[in-house]
Amino acid sequence: MSEGTSDRSADLVSAVKILPEFRGESSWEVAKEKIPELMAALKKEGFTYLADLTGVDNQGEDPRFEVVYELCDLSARRFLRVKTRVAEGDLVPSVSSIWKTADWHEREAWDMVGIRFSGHPDLRRILMWDGYPHHPLRKDFPLEGLPTEMPDIAFTAKAPLEGGPFVTSSALLSQDREPRAHPAEERSL
Amino acid sequence: MSSAATTLEVGDVLARTAEGSATLSGTEIGEKLVLNLGPSHPCTHGVLRLVLELDGEVITKADADIGYLHRGDEKIAENMTWNQFVPYTDRLDYLAPLANNVAYACAVEKLMGYELPPRAKTTRVICCELARISAHLLGLGAFAMDVGAMTMFLYTFTEREKIYNLIELLTGARFTTSFTRVGGQTRDLPPGFLEGVKEFSQQFLGKLDEFGKMLSRNRIFVDRTKDLGVISAALALDYGLTGPNLRGSGNDYDVRRYFPYLGYEKFDFDVPVGQAGDCYDRFAVRMEEMKQSVKILLQAIEKMPGGPWMVNDPKNVLPPKDKVLTKMEELIHQFLVVTQGPDAPVGEVYFGAENPKGELGFYLNSRGGGVPHRLKIRAPSFCNLSILSHLLPGHTVSDVPAILGSLDFVMGECDR
Repeated sequence: MSEGTSDRSADLVSAVKILPEFRGESSWEVAKEKIPELMAALKKEGFTYLADLTGVDNQGEDPRFEVVYELCDLSARRFLRVKTRVAEGDLVPSVSSIWKTADWHEREAWDMVGIRFSGHPDLRRILMWDGYPHHPLRKDFPLEGLPTEMPDIAFTAKAPLEGGPFVTSSALLSQDREPRAHPAEERSL
Repeated sequence: MSSAATTLEVGDVLARTAEGSATLSGTEIGEKLVLNLGPSHPCTHGVLRLVLELDGEVITKADADIGYLHRGDEKIAENMTWNQFVPYTDRLDYLAPLANNVAYACAVEKLMGYELPPRAKTTRVICCELARISAHLLGLGAFAMDVGAMTMFLYTFTEREKIYNLIELLTGARFTTSFTRVGGQTRDLPPGFLEGVKEFSQQFLGKLDEFGKMLSRNRIFVDRTKDLGVISAALALDYGLTGPNLRGSGNDYDVRRYFPYLGYEKFDFDVPVGQAGDCYDRFAVRMEEMKQSVKILLQAIEKMPGGPWMVNDPKNVLPPKDKVLTKMEELIHQFLVVTQGPDAPVGEVYFGAENPKGELGFYLNSRGGGVPHRLKIRAPSFCNLSILSHLLPGHTVSDVPAILGSLDFVMGECDR
């Protein structure tokens, strides 16, 4: 799908890194500074529908976070994923001026993963309440939760089955959580 | 958030209103009144909270506050195996659990690289369309009730009851079905199920005509829905609206058509599209969609293929129960798949399915093994509600129930 930007400046094309195709889906990776320019160009190319915007926490990697955009071109029936990597505290340029739907998706990425967006009209928490101190979808946030000023609502009791048989442990890294990562004697089978 | 609001009790209406006027800062609050609607209000169909700024009866500013039903499904998903998450998908759009099960299973199968056997595909098509009819029926009944037609709700519930009986026959549960597994379903179709669906479909078309006669030319209903809550096609797509809400505005995007899955390209059906993009058109699109669903159901019954209904990959797919109880190999495989989960490859996929409320998408990020690294649910109701702050200003308070009813959202899915 590289023809999408072929008539744009060579600068923009060289900034895009094309990732290997997986299950028929194309993915591009781009530096976060290039996001507004690239997204505006892609929208002009026909990607008028932003299906989804996600924040991913890859704890232990540098930079730690990833923002994933799923774009759809409805007239040409094609799909494109654009990814950008972000370190803790970095500002990602908001695309809410390009697609209005990004407004709530970016608020959710801020609320859940703690990725900040610059140029967003109203970057408030969306699912948790204003003033909630944590970002629950970070890998260092435990499954049972962390104490807050509202213990009755966001309670932090251990999950009832945690530690029991057939329950994956809530390790920091997903590799460690995976039961096959542990030697047989460690497994609680 | 103002400091006064933090010290007040949660659940205090005055506190919420005070907090609401703080979130709407930037306007002169003088002649204007801030009205706090919800989170527990009959017309919000769950726990949506709206903060409305009124000038007389006209809304000048609106802010939707969601999250009252947030259960952290995405966090939970990162802590369990792929199959264990299926019951959680029941509770997303809890009016169409079967369709959610199918969408989730298809997403994981895309990650695994499976091609389903034809019988499993057609079974899932029946599941999706039954769920669509039942969800639209509830949406229709609740919408009619919101604008003042109580009877409709009782009629649609009678039909829904018949669907629930069929779902019970199929899955053993009426509401929380958890029917799919990675690579297929929990069980094959029970005897008598297809006949039951056929019988339901044939009598349902007549009922649907009755419902249409009760509403579509009803003076009160038309007056309360025509030219109300108008969304243009471009704006709808910009806000990420999908499903009947987008098609009511004239855009014919239907995932079943544009990116066919489960063999939908082999079925003959129409995608109804509205013109005006008002509440009435969204209602009309849903009515027609039910008819098309019946059409798909009858075709699916007609060409239901035989053969296997699970993918053949013993190391990652649950074996049939009767063999688990009698054969050594299958017992071992069952144990491994249940305890460690299907061994997914490293990679990421996005799969969107056409659910009753719109495009339900799953973004799966796998680092290999039995648990997801990140599972994002692209909830159609979440995107459909994001347009409210743009749509509501200019309407009167009495229009709010009609607009909310026509958007037909479910908070369980919106808040996840």
